Amino acid sequence: MALPNHTPLNYRIWHYTYLTFCGLVFFFLIAPLFVILPLSFNAEQYIHFSAKMLALDPEGFSLRWYEDMIYGTKNPWGLATKNSLIIAFFATIGSTILGTVAALGLSSRHMPYKAAFMALLISPMIVPLIISGTAIFFFMAKVGLAATHTGIILSHIILGTPFVVITVTATLTGFDHSVTRAAASLGSNPVNTFMKITLPLIMPGVISGALFAFVTSFDEVVVVLFLAGLENTTIPIQMWVGLREQLSPTIMAVATCLIIMSTLILVSAELLRRRSERLRGINR
Amino acid sequence: MSKEQILSSDGIPLEKSLKIAERKNKLKAVLLVAPLFLFILIIYVFPIGEMLFRSVDDRMITKMLPKTFNAMEKWDGKDLPDEEVYKGLYDDLTYLKKNKTYGKIIARLNYEKSGFSSLIKKTVRKINKFEEGNYKEQFIKVHKRWGKNEYLVALKNTAPNWSYAKYLKGMDRKFDQDRNIVQVEEDRRIHKILWLRTLNVAFWVTIFCFVLAYPISHLLATLPMKYSNLLMICVLLPFWTSLLVRTSSWMVLLQQQGPINDLIVWIGLAADDNRPELMYNVIGTFVAMTQILLPFMVLPLYSVMKTISPSLMRAGKSLGGTPLVSFVKIYFPLTIPGIGAGCLLVFILAIGYYITPALVGGASGSLISNTIAYHMKSSLDWAFASALGTMLLVGVLAIYWVYNKLVGIDNIKLG
Repeated sequence: MALPNHTPLNYRIWHYTYLTFCGLVFFFLIAPLFVILPLSFNAEQYIHFSAKMLALDPEGFSLRWYEDMIYGTKNPWGLATKNSLIIAFFATIGSTILGTVAALGLSSRHMPYKAAFMALLISPMIVPLIISGTAIFFFMAKVGLAATHTGIILSHIILGTPFVVITVTATLTGFDHSVTRAAASLGSNPVNTFMKITLPLIMPGVISGALFAFVTSFDEVVVVLFLAGLENTTIPIQMWVGLREQLSPTIMAVATCLIIMSTLILVSAELLRRRSERLRGINR
Repeated sequence: MSKEQILSSDGIPLEKSLKIAERKNKLKAVLLVAPLFLFILIIYVFPIGEMLFRSVDDRMITKMLPKTFNAMEKWDGKDLPDEEVYKGLYDDLTYLKKNKTYGKIIARLNYEKSGFSSLIKKTVRKINKFEEGNYKEQFIKVHKRWGKNEYLVALKNTAPNWSYAKYLKGMDRKFDQDRNIVQVEEDRRIHKILWLRTLNVAFWVTIFCFVLAYPISHLLATLPMKYSNLLMICVLLPFWTSLLVRTSSWMVLLQQQGPINDLIVWIGLAADDNRPELMYNVIGTFVAMTQILLPFMVLPLYSVMKTISPSLMRAGKSLGGTPLVSFVKIYFPLTIPGIGAGCLLVFILAIGYYITPALVGGASGSLISNTIAYHMKSSLDWAFASALGTMLLVGVLAIYWVYNKLVGIDNIKLG
């Protein structure tokens, strides 16, 4: 963003103020995440930068909180991780299948009341979680699914589908329907056409929707707070409980692991998005 | 024009054949949407409907005191009711005492009129000593409030199966003796403060997000791809990171001995022993929510700005407009759809925020969601939680409707 030489001084000042402001906003966005990383390696029990850490003394750092996270006595993280993964896995599968199928229907130009259906199917994303949590809790308690994995998975499917519907419909907007007609004219049945032609083409959208659904379920606290019993505790629940009591370095260690995970997910989502744009022939 | 019918290859008139094909396609599309639709209907829409129902459902008391209310139907409420009502009350209370379930009616009746709590408790304690017949006298002997018309009127007032009393409570209003709607006492008007605070926080968070997001979206949209992709990570990484991780990093930053306070002390804005409280108040809620919701503002703004051709600004300049004039007259109006989408999205998300205010907000920074959670988990007044939830839901759906009209729901952009 170099300015031409003849730029007047006041524009120059304005321009650099603008860039500085942008820099600060980016810093505001990203810096809080990086506060957590060093603190998780703290050798002391307190959540602040000790003198030794600031002096980069190796003695100021340790892996003890990671040890505590994995091996600590009566630590809940093992069970929580297992539950989180199981719940997120099934919730992702459920949301992806239901969402993709629905998106196929919604993208068809024959679909009646498209906007109304779309608004309804997206609503779980818009309605505050506290309301969804309350309503789903009453329902699950009534049908005897409160404090079960099944109940939590079903509610996470609901919360995850909007993302799948949105990403898959977005991929389908540029979709050339003549390829499926070509397949049909060559004698392929609809299921075969879907598996061999449509699905590979919309795959990037499906996977990025699935990633959203996974993250939604993996991070979700409010509904689980209402539904979970002791046996169904998840990572976010344990973090929530821990944060309400006090900030412990172990939580920083868990948070660091979660940040690494989200970085990996972000990278895969970005790669998928670019692949999808390439496949659909959108060039910027 | 000749009305000769065109036939398709199998001999059916083309028009009819087309209609059949259309209907088939329509059916196919509907069948594809049906599984998710039914799923959401059963596990989501139906439960929300039940929540609405629960918020107005007031049948508990009539179910628990069936004989009393039966007898009261004939009573006009002017003078003390006759023996029959007291007989019903005796039967009902004896039954409730045997099953130890009278606790529920105490809470409900005390809400209707304070003083019922001790009245029912005392009566239930002594009800075993009652002799047959002449119940009215015995009741009044146990507690003189049974001889006061106002208590019996209050009891009769709980008879309707449906009540919007919880909604009134959510608006700091209640029924008085004569079923008029009045404001509650000055010191108990807490919900109005909460609603206003929630709106206030959502409004300002939206404004802050907008002010911060507009320049960076512009930068992202105008920088060459290789730089903007790199900077986009700063927006997307927080977006993909767990909400609790982001909230906990704010708890680290904002705590009394945290880096921000260290900085404030170091600069000399505050003394070391007088560090400002940045957390557990509304400041913490503002700062953390702004950072957490910022990506939801940047993404729609960015996707709109990306479509604005830079030659428009150049054209403006070449026609003699200063950069400011070109910005105000050309660029800004073109970004309005993005502004609308971003602001509505952030506002909708902010108004129902729960986790962040609960962790960094403290008492003065908690929002309506936190109150709903409190009534769900601690006070167990589920009907009231449902009523507050319904009120919030109506607000959110109204904004959602506007959003749908202005932006179109299928234009939501994710990443």
